[in-house]
Amino acid sequence: MTSTTRPAPTSGSGAISPRLLGDAVGVDLGKHVKAFGPLPSQHKVKRGHAGPLVAEVEASGLAGRGGGWFPTGRKMNAVVSAAGASRKDPIVVVNAMEGEPAASKDSVLVHRNPHLVLDGAVLAAQAVGSPVAYVVAHRGSRSVGTLERAVAQRTGDPVELRVLSAPARYVASEESALAHFVGEGIGLPVTVPPRVFESGVRRRPTFLSNAETFAHIALIARRGSGWFRQVGDPPQPGTMLVSVSGAVAQPGVVEVPTGTTMRQILGLAGGTTGSVAAAVTGGYGGAWVSAGAAIDLPFSVDGLRPVGGVPGAGVLAVLPTDACGLVETGRVVQWMAGQSAGQCGPCRFGLAAVSQDFAMLAGGKLKRTGLGALEKRLGIIPGRGACRHPDGVVRFAASALQVFGDEVQRHLSGQCSAGRRTFVLPVPAGKVDLPVARPGEEWR
Amino acid sequence: MSGHIVTVDRIACDGFGTCAQLLPERIILDEWGYPIIDPTPVKGSEHQHAKRAVNACPRLALKLVKAPHDAPARPVAQRR
Repeated sequence: MTSTTRPAPTSGSGAISPRLLGDAVGVDLGKHVKAFGPLPSQHKVKRGHAGPLVAEVEASGLAGRGGGWFPTGRKMNAVVSAAGASRKDPIVVVNAMEGEPAASKDSVLVHRNPHLVLDGAVLAAQAVGSPVAYVVAHRGSRSVGTLERAVAQRTGDPVELRVLSAPARYVASEESALAHFVGEGIGLPVTVPPRVFESGVRRRPTFLSNAETFAHIALIARRGSGWFRQVGDPPQPGTMLVSVSGAVAQPGVVEVPTGTTMRQILGLAGGTTGSVAAAVTGGYGGAWVSAGAAIDLPFSVDGLRPVGGVPGAGVLAVLPTDACGLVETGRVVQWMAGQSAGQCGPCRFGLAAVSQDFAMLAGGKLKRTGLGALEKRLGIIPGRGACRHPDGVVRFAASALQVFGDEVQRHLSGQCSAGRRTFVLPVPAGKVDLPVARPGEEWR
Repeated sequence: MSGHIVTVDRIACDGFGTCAQLLPERIILDEWGYPIIDPTPVKGSEHQHAKRAVNACPRLALKLVKAPHDAPARPVAQRR
């Protein structure tokens, strides 16, 4: 997808002036300070004690923007408590990897305002008592160089900032995998518990969150929790970055208050190109929703729940009515099965089987008994991996069977109603290999 | 003895299937040979069998651990 970015208009359609993407100043630190103000100063904290910023973040209601939407202040407090209990200084990790193929928000944020992300990393590290913050991006991505140039501009930060580049694999950005990579150089998920917040990088309590979360922290430190709560859905307030793709006139990243309706978000992306049937919400571990049911629902955790959707990592990919949702799902599931690290049997073999079932279904070759087997597989895989990768793929696949129920019936009799022969959802190019053995050097 | 559950380290597990042979009342295998485990607390009469299965796992992946507070009292999914 293209990565055009437009600031949200200041009036009409409920949009507000953007917080994170507004003053795009790039790596120039002087311009950044002029636009956002200097880095707020904080006192050094004792191990096991939280700086005032942690309470401010908790009061703000900020929730993790990587997909989990877990309360960020609560996570920071858990890290601080674990640091006190284990007598180990915590570590801070910023996830700027953007593993979601349909997302571009982290790279757009890093490109436009890298110092917001870095400010947030420094401030959060100080507040939980970490001597260092690691910022991790996909190896070979534009973000690595941008972050390195931005860090080179900064002097006198109270904590050390280090930029790392990790293998460009989907599950390498799962939190236990990322902590594993930062500590040991191996980007593979590990068995939990212990969870990352209590024992992550080199067994230290680790505060790990998405790059966008840290950018919000940088602004909460400057403007306060009350300001943060002025917009958005009250349970998870603030603005969010949404990567809009598919059947819209201007695919790209928009910044909107949480809980903005899908209709308004699509409007900010130039509107839809023709009639739309359904949309992917959250990402490829998220869920399909039917456009008719979801178009006027708030794009938020609570708003999308009634139709099974999730805001996730802010992905909104729109499917036109002339495309086949089952074909699209089959392509995504095949790629996601190939992204399994292959460490856990139910993920390695289960996702491969689901992928094959979906390929048959998409091609109109699956019989009714085969559909039963697919449904049974979707029922037994979730919760049986070390990480949530298989759960996400199953949720995505199961939502397709539900949203495209009529099309499933057509495909069972060898027909397909789609007119289009080009694909809509972005799936990374290259041969997709299913994991054939335990993972090796490619994860370092 | 109550308050314990059987769990498996999914990364360590290689699907030998020994557990399902020694503890069929709590463990069945999926079509790929990996265990599907009853998540409810182990009953007193099963405790000895559970321990034997844990000790026999060739990958040392099977564990008998204290039930977390949110452990389900009844099976969450239909066992197949």
